[in-house]
Amino acid sequence: MSTNRITIDPITRLEGHGKIEIFLDPDGEVANAYFQVPELRGFESFCVGRPVEEMPLLTSRICGVCPEAHQMAAAKAADAVYRVDPPRTARLLRELLYSAFFVADHTTHFYALGGPDFVVGPDAPASERNVLGVVRAVGMEIGGQVIEARRGGHRVIELIGGRKVHPCAVVPGGMTKGITEDERAEIERIGRWAVGFGQTSIALFDRLVLGNPAYVELMLGDAYRDETYSMGLVDADGAANFYDGQVRIVDPDGERFGQYPPAEYPEWIAERVEPWTYLKFPYLKPIGWKGFVGGKDSGVYMATPLSRLNVADRMATPLAQAEYERFYATLAPDPVPDGRRKVVHQRLATHWARLIELLYAAERMVELATDPDITSDQVRTVPTEKPTEGVGTVEAPRGTLTHHYWTDERGLLTKLNLIVGTTNNYAPISLSVAKAARTFIHKGSVVSDGILNRIEMAFRSYDPCFGCATHSLPGQMPLKVTIRDASGDVVDVLSQYC
Amino acid sequence: MTATVATKPLFAMYWAASCGGCDIAVLNLNEKLLDVAEAFDIVFWPCATDGKYADVEALADEAIAITLFSGGIRNEENERLARLLRAKSQVLVAFGSCACEGCIPGLANLRHVGDILDTAFEGPSTENPEHLRPVARFDAPEGVLELPMLLPTLRTLDQVVPVDYFVPGCPPETARIAEVVGLVIDALAGRAALPPRGSVLGGGHSTVCDECTRTRNVKRISRFTRIHELAVVDPQLCLLEQGIPCNGPATRDGCGALCPTAGAQCIGCYGPADGVIDYGARLLSAFASVVDSDDPERIAEILDGIPDPVGQVYRFSLAGSLLGAARQAWSFDSAPSPERPVDAPPGPDREPVAVGASQDAR
Repeated sequence: MSTNRITIDPITRLEGHGKIEIFLDPDGEVANAYFQVPELRGFESFCVGRPVEEMPLLTSRICGVCPEAHQMAAAKAADAVYRVDPPRTARLLRELLYSAFFVADHTTHFYALGGPDFVVGPDAPASERNVLGVVRAVGMEIGGQVIEARRGGHRVIELIGGRKVHPCAVVPGGMTKGITEDERAEIERIGRWAVGFGQTSIALFDRLVLGNPAYVELMLGDAYRDETYSMGLVDADGAANFYDGQVRIVDPDGERFGQYPPAEYPEWIAERVEPWTYLKFPYLKPIGWKGFVGGKDSGVYMATPLSRLNVADRMATPLAQAEYERFYATLAPDPVPDGRRKVVHQRLATHWARLIELLYAAERMVELATDPDITSDQVRTVPTEKPTEGVGTVEAPRGTLTHHYWTDERGLLTKLNLIVGTTNNYAPISLSVAKAARTFIHKGSVVSDGILNRIEMAFRSYDPCFGCATHSLPGQMPLKVTIRDASGDVVDVLSQYC
Repeated sequence: MTATVATKPLFAMYWAASCGGCDIAVLNLNEKLLDVAEAFDIVFWPCATDGKYADVEALADEAIAITLFSGGIRNEENERLARLLRAKSQVLVAFGSCACEGCIPGLANLRHVGDILDTAFEGPSTENPEHLRPVARFDAPEGVLELPMLLPTLRTLDQVVPVDYFVPGCPPETARIAEVVGLVIDALAGRAALPPRGSVLGGGHSTVCDECTRTRNVKRISRFTRIHELAVVDPQLCLLEQGIPCNGPATRDGCGALCPTAGAQCIGCYGPADGVIDYGARLLSAFASVVDSDDPERIAEILDGIPDPVGQVYRFSLAGSLLGAARQAWSFDSAPSPERPVDAPPGPDREPVAVGASQDAR
């Protein structure tokens, strides 16, 4: 076993929450790559015995970056446990809160996390490849808008949900409170502003990324292309939806593989355990686990902004729809024989897809905030049925999120199962990291800072949130690479942080 | 970003077993973050900047002026970082509910660690015919892969190392964080004095009830009502007097009573109020005092209306409470799975937590 080893301790945002081990063969070529997640807190165990109405509060503590996603999935699962339909106004309020959350969250990712690679450049000095570098590149005016977008999103979350982080107003059957006309008007203003911000962000992407042939080549190149199945929620019209709908899966050619109500997920999804990590690897059950490989014969799928666009027939709002059409006209211009467009497999295009989703979420905020029912005080349906079992699914920013609860007749949990957004993507992230490593590492010793960042970019496109750990202000994930010879002695250490 | 020559005091923030919400609450300072950057060199903050373990290890002892530590101590790596940052910091702050009192993840102390692993890796959608569990060292074909192991219970920061200050909340409210940051900056500049070590910063000295605007009529209740069972929540009346088990009477103020204001019960995230030795005992006594009966049997019957007593009264504070953990968390006979690898949970040689060790500080 004369292999060398490269340890990528993905440090800042992931330090303590994930690391990559790349093993080289005797020739210095990549033999294998492992992405390890070393964290487990045990929510599926200790939530047993808790009242189902508290699950939105308890599970929001899984993730302080995306508590709204867990809260919504938990509330919907609790609704299902009691077989209760919240009043229309409550559903609108939940989706409005959730849309504002998407605006804030996607903004954070694009400007602070993923964007620096493009805006500042993948080979720029590490000290510039962060949100401050982005602000220097795009100007203080847009920097101020980024802060405003996050502030506005959190303001809406607070107005509807009662708190900025870990909101409290979501309960089985609806909401604890409605909103006043003054609050509605403020939310509408924030939403209209966010639509403009979404357009500005896409224009920025056009100018800095699509206008730069080197970036386009990087985006379209083979290093970041992995063919897997795509997953996402669609509404009754086949449009992408974050709050509700059916789960649709398309195969790597864009053909529909299946579509199901969320409660049927156990027939479609299974999870694999590996002894070298605490996170499980979900895969498509009808196809089975075939190892860390992509393609039509492997059950590996992705659940990301890119996959949500891949499965959807359209976006439900006009500006986002126009961008959606331009996205596929640019990246998958050749229709397949039945007239359906192809799917996009270039992982770096996920950043563009995320901005289209941001624009959709902003437009959706305005639609919801101007709905005549939104200020109604009918926000609660009291459950009357005996609680049993229920499934709740939403699209978290990082993928399809499912909560499944079983309760006793008092509504105390007896069992639960959670399939979390990023977890869906654990296998495809592993694929993408290994592919980027194989593309950029040769002969062991040629590893350099720019190359390390290009490996980082493979998993950064997924916006991974392991232990909620990856949202980062500077937006870079400095890496330390230790190259060891077969006897374990360090032969070289490279680092790319300032 | 790390200056080669430190000209300003060093600042660090770390997350152990946490959700990241504390970091988000700090990031929500927005422009005020610039004050932090102005006053400090940020030497280590995994959420926001790019320092690494090695950077911290290389520092002299007490080189960091102040470290905000969020998250509980759930695994070996959390504990290692707690000890490392204690050694390197002049002032170590338990930041947020997890570090102060265990928070929601502390409810895992009701379970044996083997149960936590079995539940995760034998769950309903899990296909695991070989009953695999994460192991400390795994011999992959290409080399050895290592993982930190879970500890038997989740501990609060001050159950592992001495702590100088406590900032409560899940997460601490951003306005309170701004006050704490301002105080620390002023203290470093000699314009203010820090309170005695062991103090709570960013919280009040009373209870959530005292900052809640709802009306209390000293009305007594004949039954408890679960929040989703109420068709209409009276917008003015005390939630407890509407029968909703609200944790306000035992919980420290400082949040602004946000949840009761939004029509939701206080869930207790700011932890025990000043002078409360055991949060659960205090809350139960507050509940008992509103029960409309003097008959012990009837009182018991009404209190039975609280469906999950342990979760209700120790929702955020179990790990830091007098109880600390359920007996089964320490029982190695009750491991439900014979497949549990011998190296998964650390052995019982680890010292149990000193019961109530931190109560004086809060």
